Amino acid sequence: MDFIKQPWSWYVAGPLIGLIVPALLLLGNKAFGISSSLRHICAACLPAGIPFFKYDWKKESWNLFFVAGIMLGGFVAVHYLSNAQPVVINPATTALLQKQGVKDFSDLLPLDIFSFSQLLTLRGFIFIVVGGFLVGFGTRYAGGCTSGHAIMGISSLQWPSLVATCCFMAGGFIMAWFILPHLLAL
Amino acid sequence: MKNLKFLALGLLFGIVLIKSEVVSWFRIQEMFRLQAFHMYGIIGSAIVVAMVSIMLIKRFNIKTISGEPVIIPQKTFNWGNVYGGLIFGFGWAITGACPGPLFAQVGGGFAVVLVTLLSAIAGTWVYGLLRDKLPH
Repeated sequence: MDFIKQPWSWYVAGPLIGLIVPALLLLGNKAFGISSSLRHICAACLPAGIPFFKYDWKKESWNLFFVAGIMLGGFVAVHYLSNAQPVVINPATTALLQKQGVKDFSDLLPLDIFSFSQLLTLRGFIFIVVGGFLVGFGTRYAGGCTSGHAIMGISSLQWPSLVATCCFMAGGFIMAWFILPHLLAL
Repeated sequence: MKNLKFLALGLLFGIVLIKSEVVSWFRIQEMFRLQAFHMYGIIGSAIVVAMVSIMLIKRFNIKTISGEPVIIPQKTFNWGNVYGGLIFGFGWAITGACPGPLFAQVGGGFAVVLVTLLSAIAGTWVYGLLRDKLPH
């Protein structure tokens, strides 16, 4: 069990994720993508007469089962398949983040930022609420996320997905290099 | 129940996301600061494996389990790919999570991420509301 409980290398995880693409295609002609589930949730729970949410979301319910599975997988992996060690990252990243004000490196997320006690601070609100809003708004505006564009789109040779992926990365670089240091200092 | 197989695939995906630390905020910071190959290796090798799989499906005309030809929906370019892509990039670097990892983190017991996920749903809803007014 040791090799399962250790963190998995990129060359194990990447190909496994890649295989989900043909698995979904062959199991039911489904295109790999996660962010659409957020749209289906809107269509199911609060369509509010908005044309973008007027469609038969039940036909796409496989996607909701898929994300429910991801949640379940998160539970199983954290509770049964982990050794509860801190994430080992490049010491240079750790040093930089420490300098920028991150204190807790014990878990998958910095718990000094991502916790309910921080939710009502300006910094916590930006990381927890504003960040999530940008993810949901941006992925739908872009027509997909890392799975739908970067993996499904590029692997099926669709150039709009390559453009979108380059923009994901550009946005991430701009945020991480120029804006995030100020947000962490709040 | 025909959807259970998708639940099972999602379960596998969720486990991989946690075990490879794709769901870690720290891994995402490392990626955007170009201080590790890990995330690039995962996304890159996933693309290569998916690409080869799709080529094989097309080359050998492999059918789905119910015997249908495999259809891959084509994406058409619009400027939302650019504007939305940049906005998602900002959010990705702040939250350290794209939509898949948000679900995995919630399942993994990071209860506060449920707020982030609800906020992402709200973001999607606001996009739907404003869609006609946004440049595409």
